[in-house]
Amino acid sequence: MDFGTFLVQCLNSVQYGLLLFLVASGLTLIFGIMGVINLAHGSFYMIGAYLAFSLAPLFGDQFLLMLVAGVVLAAIFGYLLEWAFFSYLYQRDHLQQVLMTYGLILVFEELRSILVGNDVHGVKVPAWLDGSFALGNVMSYPWYRLFASAACIVLAVGLYWVVNRTRLGMMIRAGASNRDMVRGLGIDVKRLYRIVFAAGVALAALAGMIAAPMSSVYPNMGASVLIICFVLVVIGGIGSITGALLASLLVGFVDTFGKVFFADLSGIGIYLLMAIVLIWKPEGLMGRRS
Amino acid sequence: MKKGAFLVPVACAVLIAIAGPLMGNYASDFIVKVMILSIFALSLELLVGMTGLVSLGHAAFYGIGAYVTVLASGSEGGNVALLLPMAMGAAALYALFVGALSLRTRGVYFIMVTLAFAQMAFFVFHDTKVGGGSDGIYMYVRPALGALDLESRMVLFYVVLASLVFTYGLLALIRRSRFGAALAGIRVNEQRMRAAGFPVYGYKLAAFVLAGALAGLAGFLLASRDGVVNPELMAWHNSGEVLLMVILGGLGHLRGAVIGAIAFTLLKEIFSTHAVMGPLADHWQLTLGIAIIVFVAWLPKGLIGLVKRISPKEAA
Repeated sequence: MDFGTFLVQCLNSVQYGLLLFLVASGLTLIFGIMGVINLAHGSFYMIGAYLAFSLAPLFGDQFLLMLVAGVVLAAIFGYLLEWAFFSYLYQRDHLQQVLMTYGLILVFEELRSILVGNDVHGVKVPAWLDGSFALGNVMSYPWYRLFASAACIVLAVGLYWVVNRTRLGMMIRAGASNRDMVRGLGIDVKRLYRIVFAAGVALAALAGMIAAPMSSVYPNMGASVLIICFVLVVIGGIGSITGALLASLLVGFVDTFGKVFFADLSGIGIYLLMAIVLIWKPEGLMGRRS
Repeated sequence: MKKGAFLVPVACAVLIAIAGPLMGNYASDFIVKVMILSIFALSLELLVGMTGLVSLGHAAFYGIGAYVTVLASGSEGGNVALLLPMAMGAAALYALFVGALSLRTRGVYFIMVTLAFAQMAFFVFHDTKVGGGSDGIYMYVRPALGALDLESRMVLFYVVLASLVFTYGLLALIRRSRFGAALAGIRVNEQRMRAAGFPVYGYKLAAFVLAGALAGLAGFLLASRDGVVNPELMAWHNSGEVLLMVILGGLGHLRGAVIGAIAFTLLKEIFSTHAVMGPLADHWQLTLGIAIIVFVAWLPKGLIGLVKRISPKEAA
């Protein structure tokens, strides 16, 4: 492998890792704050990708506008979903949450098959992001992938800022540690949860929309991304955003370079990584022992 | 345990045994399918209901049992006395690996880790040529042991029935044993069990390995029935379905796992039958998904709970 290829693969790893982080942050937001284990989170990613597929022809080159429209739709969808289903799940045990969200996956998958079919689709890269960025003779890298990485970084920083520096973030963090206390302070916890849930759905859908022009849009994409997210939550450690970021990048590298060096067995690379972390630190890289 | 608690299961087994030769192909085929799934569900009940460990990766052991059966049988057909221990042993071995690592975590993390390790097994068979890749592989000749030839429909029927009786009986014995009492203790209060000096990790690992081996038994029977395996057996949908069977029937009862397997298979059959559902039959995943949501919302204690709700006399 020459230096240029190596560099390209590194950039790909970082880009994939950042995308995973975006999905996983939505998952941790929902799990960490509401305590709901949500198997349907991968479906939100899939819904995002199919949203991009359906909206792209309407918006043409207005890609950013399309992302905004998609995020708004996804957030509304998340808000309604919380109202209709998830608000009943907070008081249930994990087992029932697993089953109910498993039922939701079946519903989403089948609705997707009815609405858009089971074909594999592609989404075109907008014209202004088409082409590649060249670094002399060393390497060239698609502009769109750079845009995807930049978008994920902006979102991650934004999320960090909202959670740690704003009043809303303060309420979210307080709600996570003591729900009753927050209610006692006169904050509408129900509405707060609904907003957080909608944000989690929107984040996953946004990741799906950003991913759509890079990878094809296909039926099982939700399940595969969900399981990868589980792996990196386990690797990163409980409730740690830094851990999740570190794990996402690690998984991005292992997966990307695994595909380069061990084409056949690349699928199990991240699970081996998870096994090693579990042997070494069962609580995850950044987790605290509970 | 109440006196005569075994009366109903034993009566059911005898009834099925007598009815076996009288049934048509469709009915006996259906019952064999349900019995195999019952064994699979019972093996998971040992973890979820008896030990309180929610595993979402149980299909891996089922699939490994099935794959080993086909891979080791060769073109001449294999010997049951060799294949069965191999299938169960391989499943148990993988369960030892998965259990040893995943039992270091708890709660929701345990759910995720078991699911992830099951996906790892799925990918090994899906992405490599070991088991024919994503298409799976066929078994040319079904396993046999002298006159006990699983190629015969009736022999298979009785072997599956005997396996179900064995699994049910074994788990019933375990429930009443010291080991079973320890598992129940761990389910209720792990900290207290640890404080009382029980090697909790060892007990949980033993239960996990045993459950894996029994799932391997179900996998062996499934491969013998279908004569074909593919990676979908290990897909996480299968792990979700078997977990659903256990809950649907009623957690914490051996009967529950069997009732759940029957109810779930019937439900799936009904939802995908055009004569009943009309054009909706093509979208059985949708109706099944909705049914799951409704069941979880209204029947948190499963079908057994429903019976108890209707006739409060049973509640005692």
